[in-house]
Amino acid sequence: MPNYSWPPMDKRRVMGKRLNRLDGVAKSSGRAKYNSDLNPPGLLHAVILSSPHAHCKITSIDTSAAEKMPGVTAVRVIKPAGTELNWQGTEIAVVAANTESQARDAVKAIKIDYEVLPHLVKEGDLKAAGSRARAAGEQVTGDPDKAFQEAEVVSEGYYAIPVITHCCLEPHGQVVQWGPEDKIEYHPSTQSVSDIASDLGSQIKVPAAKIHVHMEYMGGGFGSKFPSDLWGREAAFLSRDSGGRPVKLFLDRQQELLIGGNRPSVYGNIKIGAKKDGTITAWQSQTWASGGLGGGGLSADLFPYVFRKVEHRRVNHTAVSLNMGSARAWRAPNHPQVSYLTCSALEDLAAKLNMDTLDFYLKNVGLTARPETYKDQLMKAAALIDWKKNAHLRGDKTPGPIKRGLGIGVCTWGGLGHDSACRTTIHPDGSIEVEIGTQDLGTATRTMIAMVAAETFGLQVTEIVVKLGDNGLPKSGASGGSTTIGGVTVSTHKSTINALGKLFDLIAPLMNTTPDQLEAIDGRIQKKGDPSKAMTWKQAAQKLGTQTISEEGKNVSREAAKDGLITQGASGVQIAMVAVDTDTGVVKMEKMVAVQDCGLVVNPKTAESQVYGAMILSCCSALMEERVTDSQTGKVLNGDMEFYKLAGISDIGEMVVQMDITPENDARGVIGLGEPPTIAGIAAIANAVANAIGVRVPMVPLTPNRVLAALGKANEKRMA
Amino acid sequence: MSSPNDEIKKKRKSAFSRRGFLQGLGAGTGVVGSGLLGVAEEAEAQSTIPVAGPGVVTITLDINGQQMKASVEPRETLLDTLRNQLNLTGAKRVCDRGTCGACTVMVAGKVVYGCTVLAIDVQGKKIHTIEGLMQGPRPHPITTAFVNNEAQQCGYCTPGFVMATKGFLDRNPDPSYDQVKKGLGGNLCRCGTYVGVRKAVLEAAKEMKNA
Amino acid sequence: MKTFEYANPKTLKEATALLASNQWGQAEVLAGGTDLISMMKEELVTPKRVVNLKNIAELGGIRKSGGAVHVGATVTLDELASSKDVRDSFPSLVQAALGITSPQIRNMGSVGGDLCQRPRCWYFRNGFGLLGMKDGKSLIPNGENRYHAIFGGGPAYFVSASSLGPALIALGAKVKLVSSAGAREVDVAKFFLSPQTAEAREVDLKPNEILSEIIIPASKNRNATYEVRHKDALDWPLVTASVSVAMNGAKVSNAKIVLGHVAPTPWSAVKAEAAINGKSITEESAEAAGAAAIDGAQPLSQNDYKLQLVKVAVKRALLAAAATKA
Repeated sequence: MPNYSWPPMDKRRVMGKRLNRLDGVAKSSGRAKYNSDLNPPGLLHAVILSSPHAHCKITSIDTSAAEKMPGVTAVRVIKPAGTELNWQGTEIAVVAANTESQARDAVKAIKIDYEVLPHLVKEGDLKAAGSRARAAGEQVTGDPDKAFQEAEVVSEGYYAIPVITHCCLEPHGQVVQWGPEDKIEYHPSTQSVSDIASDLGSQIKVPAAKIHVHMEYMGGGFGSKFPSDLWGREAAFLSRDSGGRPVKLFLDRQQELLIGGNRPSVYGNIKIGAKKDGTITAWQSQTWASGGLGGGGLSADLFPYVFRKVEHRRVNHTAVSLNMGSARAWRAPNHPQVSYLTCSALEDLAAKLNMDTLDFYLKNVGLTARPETYKDQLMKAAALIDWKKNAHLRGDKTPGPIKRGLGIGVCTWGGLGHDSACRTTIHPDGSIEVEIGTQDLGTATRTMIAMVAAETFGLQVTEIVVKLGDNGLPKSGASGGSTTIGGVTVSTHKSTINALGKLFDLIAPLMNTTPDQLEAIDGRIQKKGDPSKAMTWKQAAQKLGTQTISEEGKNVSREAAKDGLITQGASGVQIAMVAVDTDTGVVKMEKMVAVQDCGLVVNPKTAESQVYGAMILSCCSALMEERVTDSQTGKVLNGDMEFYKLAGISDIGEMVVQMDITPENDARGVIGLGEPPTIAGIAAIANAVANAIGVRVPMVPLTPNRVLAALGKANEKRMA
Repeated sequence: MSSPNDEIKKKRKSAFSRRGFLQGLGAGTGVVGSGLLGVAEEAEAQSTIPVAGPGVVTITLDINGQQMKASVEPRETLLDTLRNQLNLTGAKRVCDRGTCGACTVMVAGKVVYGCTVLAIDVQGKKIHTIEGLMQGPRPHPITTAFVNNEAQQCGYCTPGFVMATKGFLDRNPDPSYDQVKKGLGGNLCRCGTYVGVRKAVLEAAKEMKNA
Repeated sequence: MKTFEYANPKTLKEATALLASNQWGQAEVLAGGTDLISMMKEELVTPKRVVNLKNIAELGGIRKSGGAVHVGATVTLDELASSKDVRDSFPSLVQAALGITSPQIRNMGSVGGDLCQRPRCWYFRNGFGLLGMKDGKSLIPNGENRYHAIFGGGPAYFVSASSLGPALIALGAKVKLVSSAGAREVDVAKFFLSPQTAEAREVDLKPNEILSEIIIPASKNRNATYEVRHKDALDWPLVTASVSVAMNGAKVSNAKIVLGHVAPTPWSAVKAEAAINGKSITEESAEAAGAAAIDGAQPLSQNDYKLQLVKVAVKRALLAAAATKA
């Protein structure tokens, strides 16, 4: 069996380098074609009619006028009369027409009557949820009641984080064409190129083998773009019903915010017991949340986060069913909320103890699964933010309205790698084709694959042709849970090693040596360590004559860790520095630092980019984002990008990322980075604000009204 | 070849009559604020005023130095015309309400939101889209700077940011870091690429000055 | 968006002729389009005709005449903020325009459009009418009213969205309104109205009229605008204060203090003006004026934080004005 281990850290020529992403020019020049950009001949545009009510029953629906509208080729009723609809935005009918305007006009011409039913669209007040709240059980470890009695200090607090949406910039949708013999051309915006055909196929009763999926680029998914969804099915049927013309159906912005996915809220009362020296002895959390109609929302046993080994714990959770669109996986499902609640409660305890929060965390690292790692990362992050100079106990005593503070958040995540197959082909002209049915969500997956391949062959990344985004390629898993890089680097690595091995088998006799004595380096194949006995890569490939070498390599998720190429368990610490104008309640994120490990870092440049992005997402969630619902009407009031607020470029302060690249971490193997750095930032910012102004603002986002209320400069009105 | 205005006038004859208009507006309620202009004068004034639509009219747009024809209803936005008719899909439709900047293009040398401009409204104006930045195979220095500085992830907001940067640097060729932060306040990114964008804009400024 | 005819007049006379028999809902005028196009997409307005004003030369340009600065209605916010005449005398106006932190909006949006734009109230934008009503009752007092009015509420509770309105009122500006029947000038202070019905408009503009220019009288007043905004990037202010103060030596002889985003119209803080008149502007006097500015406020269930913001905005605007060169 070939040696599949990664080349030693100091011998790598491509991996570990700060390379630009390969599709950068295509994206930054506007040439990159996303599936929402496709304009195939004969294209029809489809528009969805969605429910204006949070809860209603359709009493009648009449599409006859819509069917007669100019340009309309097909109208489909998704929810017939009599159907109960459980959230605003539910898809009721769909229209295809020659132009988008015609489709919109036709949707407006559908006559529909509703019986409006009672709704619940807010979960902040658990009592008001009544029978819509369902206890999800309680877990007790040790004897928390006794531990709280014996605790020298007990700190209690209420914390909340609302539902936010994915708000992918490219909305959910696809272009799809139902061709002759049920052959389907399917071009979705998806995180699951290899698997989505089965999903669509089962919905439209067409074998997956007849469905060709293709996607070169995609405009953001964040966990919300795995299934083919109802709109995939309907677009396919519209195409079929329109004589096989291609149909483009993408959600509009309001629909994207209503039904394109969201992250559950979490509300909770937390009580912590501790010794005077800061040692945590007891934990109790009572939380509730909603992820839509199904309730759900949280794995309560994630509490307490990271600092898990508290001996005496009681955690319980209640799921609230709302008349709202369903939650979907949102980068690091559960973790950002749980990190925020946990770290907020921890720092409130530290404040009660009058303890430096860094000391407090260090005191308790023994409660984590990786004490040495967290200790090290806390110290590194503290150095980056100049903790000694900038830290103070809770409440900035500097005169004037501007108060500064520091706050800490921590993260943990798994990783490993999904199932992935890769095929590498060496052509006689020396060109190399790496084929893999994965997708690049913007995480630079394409570039990582090319880097791994280039490393094997001793070539430049630009000499590798990466083909991805197509289900005709070797199957690779969906991109979720930070498993992509683990999967694709292993499958690429193995398939390139296998292909190179075949070439060595061919070349070795010609060079009067054995394959195991050859190496590929700097565009040559040579006897190990002897450049004088070499041929160029091209010369070597020419020896193939008319043949090609084509070899597969696989990552099998269950066995992946055994090879030592990839692993799981990423840790990180983030510290935020904020400035709060205590006269206006306006919070500015001035600086944020992150120390993040992710094992072997394939490309520090794009890895850092992931962390920067994740920290900025955290800023949005900590300071700006929330879905605002109205109890009186059941409506989402901010289904737009004006009042659904995202941070702009000037809202972001200085950011420092330190990838924790050490020989020890490198030796662990590759770990995914999509999720881990999105977790700790909300906690860090919320804690920094508490540290600055001396009081806890119980709910994020930390908007001026909430900050002023916490400061006693406005009446507290919970806007949950 | 006829000018856009000729096209509009031609269309006007079929698509518009004063009589129909007044009926449509419920003329029975009388003329508001009558006095200076009698009905006859009003009609005379109107007869010279180009009116187009509401049906499809042919327009010519000056895009990236090329005259491009499109058939649009007056309600069609510039963005939808670029994307759906002219296959210029660099500008993206994201918020579709003039907030996020993904649709940024330049009209008469200034950056605007393509989703909030009517196509019919920009006839005769010089329109520049991101496709025009790339002259031949050579990327524009702004594009290169975005690549060098990892100023993109999923890339869906990126063309808008590149165009916003073009508009910004045209007016601020030697910007400070703070000016860069303030100068791109009309664009949003969801992946969080702002750190890279800020570096990219500064690098592009330097490159363009030295070019 | 519903279909409409697009009229492209070249002169003001042509434009007013097109609107001579107009009623609300039938024809709308289009300048920058930053509000109208979105309103039409949501079908909150469904005009049968849209009259483009951008090709009317008379509506463009900034000129000085008889000491006053005349700003054409289609002058963009960017042109306004870049004008030397405006910069020299009216920093409050420049600050208000630059508070719109999107260059794209500043390039597109017109000063006339800024004054005539429709409210951003999310009940209005979600189809509950200008007054945000359901079943004959306002949704706002017990609803999601964090961004709504704390002054002058009822039946309208939205806040005027105009960025320039408060500054223009503080500066004593007028608007010129032209119809085929003639022209009239109205104080900007009186131009904004709090509608009593969902069908009314928020400005004193008749459907046959076009706002043709803004006339800002010459002034040596110190003036400044201070906005409290949640986001630094494009966002609506939570509260704005614009001040224009006439000085007599070191003392304020006559102050105009106008608030934005606190009422269905820009809101004159009369008590704050009285508090600062006759005093020199100091931390203490500015703070006292800020405290006086909330006189008469009636906050709703979620928005009493705006009281604090009003106090601070007034104080900071006064201090900023004091810091400008006389």
